[in-house]
Amino acid sequence: MAQQPIATLDIIQHFGPHLAYSDGARLDRGLDPDRLVKTHCCFCGQQCGLQLKVKDNEVIGFEPWDEFPFNQGMLCPKGVKRYLQGAHPDRLVSAQERAPHAPGGFAPLAYDAAIERTAAAIHRIQQAHGNGAVGVLSGASLTTEKAYLMGKFARVCLKTPYIDYNGRLCMVSAGVGNKKAFGIDRAANPWSDIIGAEVVWISGANIAECAPITTNYVWQAREQGAKIIVVDPRITPLARTCDLFLPVKPGRDIALFNGILQQMIEHDWLDHAFIAEQTVGFDALAEAVREWTLPRTAEVTGIAERLIRQAAEWWGLAKSSFLMHARGIEHHSHGVQNVLGAINMVLASGRIGRKNCGYATITGQANGQGGREHGQKCDQLPGARDLANPEHRAHVAKVWDVSPDDLPQPGVDAYEMFRKIERGEIRGLLSICFNPLVSLPDSNYVARMLDKLDFYVAIDFFLNDTARHADIVLPGSLQEEDEGVVAQVEGRVIKINKAVDPPGDARQDWKIIQDLAKALGRPHGFTFHNPREIFDELRRASQGGVADYYGITWEKIEQNYGVFWPCPTEDHPGTPRLFERGSHNPIANGAGPFYFPDGKARFHVAPYSPPTEETDAEYPVIFTTGRVVSQFLSGTQTRRIGPLVEQYPEPRVEIHPQLAAQLEINDGDWTTVTSRRGEITLRAQVVKTIRPDTVFVPYHWAGPKSANRVTIAAQDPLSKIPEYKVCAVRVAKAAAPPDYAAQLEPQQ
Amino acid sequence: MPVPADHFFFIDPHRCIGCEACVQACTECDTHKGHSMIHLEYVDRHESPQTFPVVCMHCDSPTCAEVCPADAIKRTDDGVVQSARKPRCIACNNCVLACPFGVPKMHTGMELMMKCDMCYDRSSEGKRPMCATVCPSQALFYGTREQIEQLRPRSRPINEFHFGQQTIHTKVRMMVPRESAVTHLDVMDSMFDADAPPEIDNTDDLMLAGATFKLPVVSQR
Repeated sequence: MAQQPIATLDIIQHFGPHLAYSDGARLDRGLDPDRLVKTHCCFCGQQCGLQLKVKDNEVIGFEPWDEFPFNQGMLCPKGVKRYLQGAHPDRLVSAQERAPHAPGGFAPLAYDAAIERTAAAIHRIQQAHGNGAVGVLSGASLTTEKAYLMGKFARVCLKTPYIDYNGRLCMVSAGVGNKKAFGIDRAANPWSDIIGAEVVWISGANIAECAPITTNYVWQAREQGAKIIVVDPRITPLARTCDLFLPVKPGRDIALFNGILQQMIEHDWLDHAFIAEQTVGFDALAEAVREWTLPRTAEVTGIAERLIRQAAEWWGLAKSSFLMHARGIEHHSHGVQNVLGAINMVLASGRIGRKNCGYATITGQANGQGGREHGQKCDQLPGARDLANPEHRAHVAKVWDVSPDDLPQPGVDAYEMFRKIERGEIRGLLSICFNPLVSLPDSNYVARMLDKLDFYVAIDFFLNDTARHADIVLPGSLQEEDEGVVAQVEGRVIKINKAVDPPGDARQDWKIIQDLAKALGRPHGFTFHNPREIFDELRRASQGGVADYYGITWEKIEQNYGVFWPCPTEDHPGTPRLFERGSHNPIANGAGPFYFPDGKARFHVAPYSPPTEETDAEYPVIFTTGRVVSQFLSGTQTRRIGPLVEQYPEPRVEIHPQLAAQLEINDGDWTTVTSRRGEITLRAQVVKTIRPDTVFVPYHWAGPKSANRVTIAAQDPLSKIPEYKVCAVRVAKAAAPPDYAAQLEPQQ
Repeated sequence: MPVPADHFFFIDPHRCIGCEACVQACTECDTHKGHSMIHLEYVDRHESPQTFPVVCMHCDSPTCAEVCPADAIKRTDDGVVQSARKPRCIACNNCVLACPFGVPKMHTGMELMMKCDMCYDRSSEGKRPMCATVCPSQALFYGTREQIEQLRPRSRPINEFHFGQQTIHTKVRMMVPRESAVTHLDVMDSMFDADAPPEIDNTDDLMLAGATFKLPVVSQR
């Protein structure tokens, strides 16, 4: 019975999103805080250091933390206003149960009763339909301790194979590509290597809005002579003044990478010694990219030949370089191929594993890196181990004090879990740190699947859009209400410090999970007293794995402003730059710098194929999605922060004036975007900064404003990442404003 | 404590990404909590994502103070032009209209002009102003001339601005491309080779043609 108890508008009226502004103590100019807590922003993978001002168990503001080396006091607007998520009027301070007759559709419930009812429902479903009938959706904004515990909880307590996490929508294409090419899934370099590189190549990454702090690294590189190349269908704020802008047609990145590689081969801009000594597979790749002549590359990518030639020349002749990419090339049904294409360019140049020679994906979520290392992925165990590998199972089972035979086999990705709901195979769902109704593609389908569930329990601090379908909501904790580690974009493990206690009945998430384990009668392995004990077990569970945390301690993190994994022993300094001669590598053991037994990196042929849904006469326009700087992911937090909502209140359809003129759409007109899945009506923003064959909508909003009503649920066959970045739509001027315009506030 | 004499504020518009971290952080400053003193605007969003951040330029001879009938705006000895003093400000709007950079804002509810004071509570204690601390692109930078020279070899700071007949020198520096000259808006600057423009002849004397620039003769009748 996981249907919304009452109409959405009535739930919103009670549970928000409502807007919080500074008031009371937060506006009092003379007020001295009780203390300043050094910690990190709760939002993106940059994990900027900042200090929270605390007064009477309330976060009342922030103070920059100049000494933290990554951001040196810099913050984006989200980091500045993040404190307003605390003491919020929408905050869940008690458990809630579905109650169609209660105002808002939910009624408060005693915490213990909520735990008991949840455990009983899980028990009932598992008894009747097997352990695998209950699934878990987790998230990459959790601390690594919590992410670790979620993986352990699913495998050891629930004994279900079905756990996956929202990193599935985020970094998994990069993860698979990195593992295939390098044998390890981590940014290869610290960000300091950007400054001093001769060429900075940015593909599919709106750095200014999605990783704002990286902007200063890029600009500083240019001050020192770097050429900046940006590949994007839109002139992003960084692209505006970059040295070379390549307006790639969405879904054609691999064609560009192959074309660049072909130019490198034609002009002999290759590092032959590196290719011969430290890589495998170049000849087959060279043969495969032969067809990617300049004219063909230009035709497929929609980029002028002269620009492709120029980019190849700069890249080919550079002595040092840093290539970065993000969701722009990863959110595709060929996301892994795109990533492999980018890596091929890097490997052919030989510019990796040295100062100012770098490669990285820019992680999206707070713990986008750490959250994908320690076992909440459907096929993974702690230490970036494989759930299907008998040796790996044996190591972790020993730490967990269970039999390896009792560990489930690998499950399925987050989207496939919804298909299992459709087939009646998954009937109960527990979610934490995940708002799939906003963040998954084809959200009309996701809503129908939630409705089908026998039982759904959501753990969150606000009643997020998906949790409106829940039978029970357990009140979880904000980032500043708990402590633990996360791994930020560079692979630097840092420490989140607790600033305040959770209010009312709200609990730290790891306590809620342990309370559930106890109520289910399987508390063994879930009796930690604090996150530090979880971390210490995690260290042992990861020991000897690729993502080896054994040598990292909380104290060491604090003393060094973070420690880069792998870090195998307590006297090991950590590994800021991967693939250096002699650096820790338990797989190659001295054979070479890369994480394969022979120490060599792998070239992979990355064939081009078009997006799953090509445009046609009926749906002639390309639809692509992304983010704005003032909002974060599904907006559970940022759509509740007044100053951030005011900055960019509602989603708009970005459309080029030429296409707009053809459709007789003026700036500000209500415009309907329709795909085979659904439609949304938003105001148009007519700008020359987007390709005329493409429209863009940011995805942070829910319901009738949700870009994901339109997107396609096509997935990469290897990484299972959804194809958010390209599908086919029809665009038309709306006859009248949509109903929601009169019913909803901008953020709702 | 005064603001250190060797510290300056630099605006580097080509770096700006329009993220509004400066605007949001400005509202967190203790002296004017809840109000941003920064102007950040798209130049023309239809054409470009270019944005331009403006803080108070802290003029050596501040026009806002010169036109203030109530003597409410003070420039302290360290070169910071302070926000209007509440007991004196009569909310007449003179400063708002007169400032050539368009910086002061009138808060009618409070009957008070408020403007950027370079985070005097912070900068006079040796800290960086809030906006320049958080700015992720460092389009807003606070530091010494040596620092900016070392960090921005492609640019140079200027602090002389021309508005009509008025020339203004400011404490805040604007970064411009190092190699290109300051662009003048008088066509005549580009009409002649010599450093000094020739005399302008507005008579009808043909003998002088060539040696001077001949203005078109307009009938006086």
